[in-house]
Amino acid sequence: MNLNAHRTMQLYGALLLLPAALLLTAFAYLPTVTTVINSLFLPGFRGEPAAFVGLDNYRVLMDDPTFWKVARNNLLYALGTVPTSMALALGMALLVNARLPGRGLVRMAYFTPTILPMIAAANIWMFFYAPQIGLFNKLLGALGFAGVNWLGDPGVALGSVIVMSVWKEAGFFMIFYLAALQAIPPELKEAADLEGTSRRSFFWRVTFPLLMPTTLFVLINALINAVRVVDHLFILTKGGPNNATNLLLYYVYENAFSFFDRTMAATITVVILLVLAVVATLKFTILDRRTHYQ
Amino acid sequence: MSTSSFPVSPRRTLALPRLETLAAWLLAVIWIFPLLYAVWAAIHPPAYMVRFDLLAPLTLDNFTNAWAQAPFARDYLNTFALVTGVVLAQFVVCTLAAFAFARFPIPGKNLLFMLVLIQLFVFPEVLIVENYRIASELGLINTITGIGLPYVASAFGIFLLRQTFKTIPRELEDAARIEGCGWLEILWKVYVPLAKPTYLAYGLVSISHHWNNFLWPLVVTNSVESRPLTVGLGVFSAPETGVNWATVSAATLLSIAPLLVAFLLFQRQFVQSFLRAGIR
Amino acid sequence: MSSQFSFAMTAIAAALLGAGHASANSVDLTMYYPVSVGGALTEVVDNLVEEFESEHPDINVEAIYAGNYDDTRVRAMSAMEAGDTPQLSVLFSIDLYELIEQNAIVAFDDLIETEEEQAWLESFYPGLMENGQLDGKTYGIPFQRSTIVLFWNKDAFEAAGLDPETPPENWEEMAEMAATVREASNGEQWGVMVPSTGYPYWMFQAFAFQNGHRLMSDDGTEVYFDDPAAVEALEYWVSLATEHNAMPDGTIEWGTLRQNFIEQSTAMMWHTTGNLTAVRNEANFDFGVAMLPMKTQRGSPTGGGNFYIFEDASEEEQRAAMTFIRWMTAPERAAAWSIETGYMGVSPAAYDTDALQRYVAEFAPAAVARDQLEHGTAELSTYQGGRVRRALDNAVQAALTGQMSPAEALSQAQREADAALRRYAQ
Repeated sequence: MNLNAHRTMQLYGALLLLPAALLLTAFAYLPTVTTVINSLFLPGFRGEPAAFVGLDNYRVLMDDPTFWKVARNNLLYALGTVPTSMALALGMALLVNARLPGRGLVRMAYFTPTILPMIAAANIWMFFYAPQIGLFNKLLGALGFAGVNWLGDPGVALGSVIVMSVWKEAGFFMIFYLAALQAIPPELKEAADLEGTSRRSFFWRVTFPLLMPTTLFVLINALINAVRVVDHLFILTKGGPNNATNLLLYYVYENAFSFFDRTMAATITVVILLVLAVVATLKFTILDRRTHYQ
Repeated sequence: MSTSSFPVSPRRTLALPRLETLAAWLLAVIWIFPLLYAVWAAIHPPAYMVRFDLLAPLTLDNFTNAWAQAPFARDYLNTFALVTGVVLAQFVVCTLAAFAFARFPIPGKNLLFMLVLIQLFVFPEVLIVENYRIASELGLINTITGIGLPYVASAFGIFLLRQTFKTIPRELEDAARIEGCGWLEILWKVYVPLAKPTYLAYGLVSISHHWNNFLWPLVVTNSVESRPLTVGLGVFSAPETGVNWATVSAATLLSIAPLLVAFLLFQRQFVQSFLRAGIR
Repeated sequence: MSSQFSFAMTAIAAALLGAGHASANSVDLTMYYPVSVGGALTEVVDNLVEEFESEHPDINVEAIYAGNYDDTRVRAMSAMEAGDTPQLSVLFSIDLYELIEQNAIVAFDDLIETEEEQAWLESFYPGLMENGQLDGKTYGIPFQRSTIVLFWNKDAFEAAGLDPETPPENWEEMAEMAATVREASNGEQWGVMVPSTGYPYWMFQAFAFQNGHRLMSDDGTEVYFDDPAAVEALEYWVSLATEHNAMPDGTIEWGTLRQNFIEQSTAMMWHTTGNLTAVRNEANFDFGVAMLPMKTQRGSPTGGGNFYIFEDASEEEQRAAMTFIRWMTAPERAAAWSIETGYMGVSPAAYDTDALQRYVAEFAPAAVARDQLEHGTAELSTYQGGRVRRALDNAVQAALTGQMSPAEALSQAQREADAALRRYAQ
């Protein structure tokens, strides 16, 4: 290929990239940069110009007990949703991968919550969780137990939100495990059967290690979702009672659109971006290397 | 819903012991129950919300109430326009970019590609405040374009299509060139047709995502003119004075119905699309 | 830097839009309106607007229904930021400070030209004007206004051996009656529910005011959350659950409370008068509506939405908006509006109209809100209102859920509010 043709190719390629590059710049790179910049400025009071304050906003954030509470909630939320929904997803995949009467129906039941909007799911669960007249407490009452204030008791509310999220997500992760299970050569199982390996030890010694890349893939996705999906809070709790169910992204929304404090919103957004950077690093180093050797 | 959704030979499957069959079914019932409950609440008078009586009178009043009380027709229209627009625009923009990454000698290509992949983590709703400002400066507040545009250059789409394009043999491209096709013609006649399954998969995933998306549309829309179903439902469910459960159930079902029906009809394609999109 | 850029863009956008408007012959007005879409309310407003337009063919009004008060504020502010400023809106009465700080609204005093208009400005209930005034000027005209009232289930009272026609007069009676219902029903029914999500600060204001305490200064720069009278008020609220076993533990959901009352899972509830018509339609038992009980005095904060006129509108548009608002708040319209929605008639003249007099005579609860108005107080409204109210909301919820004592919770809220307001203190 001569030099001129090469140049033309380069130019052509650049042109093809242009629309995507412009859009990504406008809605991903530029806002990331301005978010960081905004977190370093304090807007002027009553029309005064904004002042550069270095890391002061971060200091204010670190002194804000609500921020720590929200960050802790988000961590608990991740710890509550991620392993549970992954374990359930694997369990579901194992169940529907075996011969089972009505397997199609069962698989559909597991997967259906995935295609509902979070808002719709939250609406439905609101009826379960309502104290006194909600379904859960009616059932508990029928069994002679005292009702629980599922969303109004700060000790329980985050757990209630977690349960709903797990219900919503497990089926989604199931299909990845299912695909991976079906890719496992049946000869392995046959050989294990000949040797008289128990099902349990076959699972732990053969299946589970073979599923490792899927597990990591699902883990990354679950972690991202634990940060990015806060839609259900708008319906279920609005972050209450007393911030017991507030999560980082919802707190950003509140700061920006309820308190009109864009600076604090930017500062918290930077914290979220840092968390996502850690997850991204995890993906690009560990996950991609492992899948490579698979 | 046949069991043939996945091509599994009977030789491979194992019979489950009884207990596990029971567990599988129990879990399935628990998992589908919330949806069944919403249906129950929606087709009975409000008095039967938590009273399960097989002889309870059936009614469609809740649906007519919900339909009359909120501009769901407009919301539907907006959601359809949004989803169609986003998916088509994504196809165009991502195809061009993926083609460039797959076939053109761009300097610093790997670095650029990594930059694109960042968007897998830094998605528009995390940057709501700044994206809101940018949408505002571009005059996109309260427009359907404003809801969709930040998602058009999708790293995910670019990634998937690039993978697919890379697997297409160069010989096909060369043959087309001998026939005198230019680059865009080659893309249109060789690459795009061969990537059809990828488009289907990505399209279905994208449709589900945008049908269900809430936070960014909430922030960027102001009125019924641009509000999609999810936001309409959110506003409908959180009124000033109090909710009527039966009506909210009906509204909820109304807004999920098209996607749910599509899913039940094309279950196989949906599931395999999600799979194809997720696993390389 | 980026803010300058944004300012330039906004200016250009505003100029372009302005040019578009000026070329039209008639005046187009856009109005944000806080209705959670649908139902009776949008229809009523739409009908009123239509009637107005037929009487004033040179003025077009487009109402944008943007959800509840919080949503509507966000939507209107966002439209402003995008250079698409409405000419007038009905927004939360407590948005005053936020709107003034953004230089968004104009004082009605500055728009007034005739003595007739001056008389109109003075025709409303003073209790409803408090939230719309600052430094002697009026920025908000009351329209969609409510107060908190007590709804009680007469059947439940009778079943518990109470006089079904006598609601509780004071705090002590309410606690006793509620506990009696709870006991008589063998724990099947709660005595009273006061919502503690949604607008906890609003309910708390009622308790505090009944105990003779106002929570904020007139100029919106100071709050008094940790005053002993406020602490006592919160202690009473908490005691309804902990001591009297008359109210459920934890928070009580604003949105589902009406359903609780309809399903008879509580014999009394505190809720906005805006619920009146819905309860009337849905309850299949006999119910009554009363003023809230007192400690040292009667009292309830007012609530709801005011008309505002926006600064960015042209003079012509502001005049047209004035015409519209005057038309909407005229006694006959205010009366019809009150009858159809359950919201208050905003002026004494409205209650003097034949229509409203007849309605009150046949449906007594409709007058309760009006009668309570003389014991009304302004809704909690300060600079940095979002943060300040949230601080108080959190305190109320922390106390009700047993995370903190009322005194601790309120002093923490005071610290948070002081921090939010520190730049405003004089």
